[in-house]
Amino acid sequence: MSMIADGAPSPPADAEIFVDLAADFQDSGVGLILAELDRDMIGLKPVKQRIRETAALLLVDRARQRLGLAHGPPTLHMSFTGNPGTGKTTVALKIAGLLHRLGYIRKGHLVSVTRDDLVGQYIGHTAPKTKEILKKAMGGVLFIDEAYYLYRPDNERDYGQEAIEILLQVMENNRDDLVVILAGYADRMETFFTSNPGFRSRIAHHIDFPDYSNDELLLIAETILRARNYHLTPDARAALERYIEVRRQQPHFANARSIRNALDRARLRQANRLLDTATGPIDAATLSAIEAQDILASRVFSGGLSTSAGRSGDTPA
Amino acid sequence: MRITQGCFSFLPDLTDDQILAQLEYCLRNDWAIGIEYTDDPHPRNVYWEMFGNPMFDLEDAAGAMIELKACREAHGESYIRINAFDSTRGFETVRMSFIVNRPKVEPTFRMTRTEVASRTVNITLTVDR
Repeated sequence: MSMIADGAPSPPADAEIFVDLAADFQDSGVGLILAELDRDMIGLKPVKQRIRETAALLLVDRARQRLGLAHGPPTLHMSFTGNPGTGKTTVALKIAGLLHRLGYIRKGHLVSVTRDDLVGQYIGHTAPKTKEILKKAMGGVLFIDEAYYLYRPDNERDYGQEAIEILLQVMENNRDDLVVILAGYADRMETFFTSNPGFRSRIAHHIDFPDYSNDELLLIAETILRARNYHLTPDARAALERYIEVRRQQPHFANARSIRNALDRARLRQANRLLDTATGPIDAATLSAIEAQDILASRVFSGGLSTSAGRSGDTPA
Repeated sequence: MRITQGCFSFLPDLTDDQILAQLEYCLRNDWAIGIEYTDDPHPRNVYWEMFGNPMFDLEDAAGAMIELKACREAHGESYIRINAFDSTRGFETVRMSFIVNRPKVEPTFRMTRTEVASRTVNITLTVDR
């Protein structure tokens, strides 16, 4: 793949004279991905808006290139900030597809890593490890979750610094080969960027993921259940509504992820209930109905998580 | 003397674009890619030094090109070849192998024929640098 000199002052002889942006939009399949994004992802208005804008910019950029107008290779590295469970990874997947359709990355796969995958445990271990991941991510998107863990200011001999340097170098030199997305909590990403200005200047798109509202979470719950052929009874729906309200006040709330886990546990209870109470043959409707009691049995309602301080993460029973 | 081993060795040296295209072909076939180098291109020397590990999980040839670039920096005056391994039979088989780097001055092989008992001829290849 040869990189023809960018920004040539005069249009090349074989440049087209007109481009049909609408047709371009159609042919590239970008519309399809954007529609999918709109359909599959609930809420996230500002995120969708940003992605739409970015897609438009890239589409226009590509058209300009075809007409021989000045264009530079766009910087596509991004940073996703937001609380856990707000859909950062899912959106990254869609972005990978989008950039692939637009021809900015060649393969369109997503390699999702955390600090452990990049940073080694002893001297000389980090560089090969980071390079290994980078090689794997070539032609696609490298998604670094909780990127701020790469940088440990309290330990100046931390190997994370080495990974950061390699990463920065590749982000600059292989801009045509891969797109890096850094993700994490907003405030900690901010500190991370302040102490690593190299990252900030190489990242063009900062996208902030807002928390879901209660209504959106309920909608997400129903979507998840529908995909698995379950449904909520009206009572259960009301119970879940209350569950979301209460759960949000408790520690380790992780938006959609908390809801998904709550539903998994509700399914567990439902299965138990069916097994305990079933006396005769039951039909598909009973098998797929989540009742209010399946949700109300949650520990969240009985004062909940404060009693499980020692337990890690989002696992209220 | 130009060493001719593996694929494409009777053609002019591959450019980087051509190497990239060949690598892309290998990856499309789900072959793993290994880079090897040596300063002893004698045909009987089949085991060259490995440069790094073989790359089993690449999606794109650019990853292998990074490694090739690093190998050229470290061993620019050596022969470097790229091997593509096919694992469909349950073990890694070399399906394709081609030279991607040669030293500026390539060694010459001189053939000495020695007549021994009856009409037997012993042939020795010696490297002339």
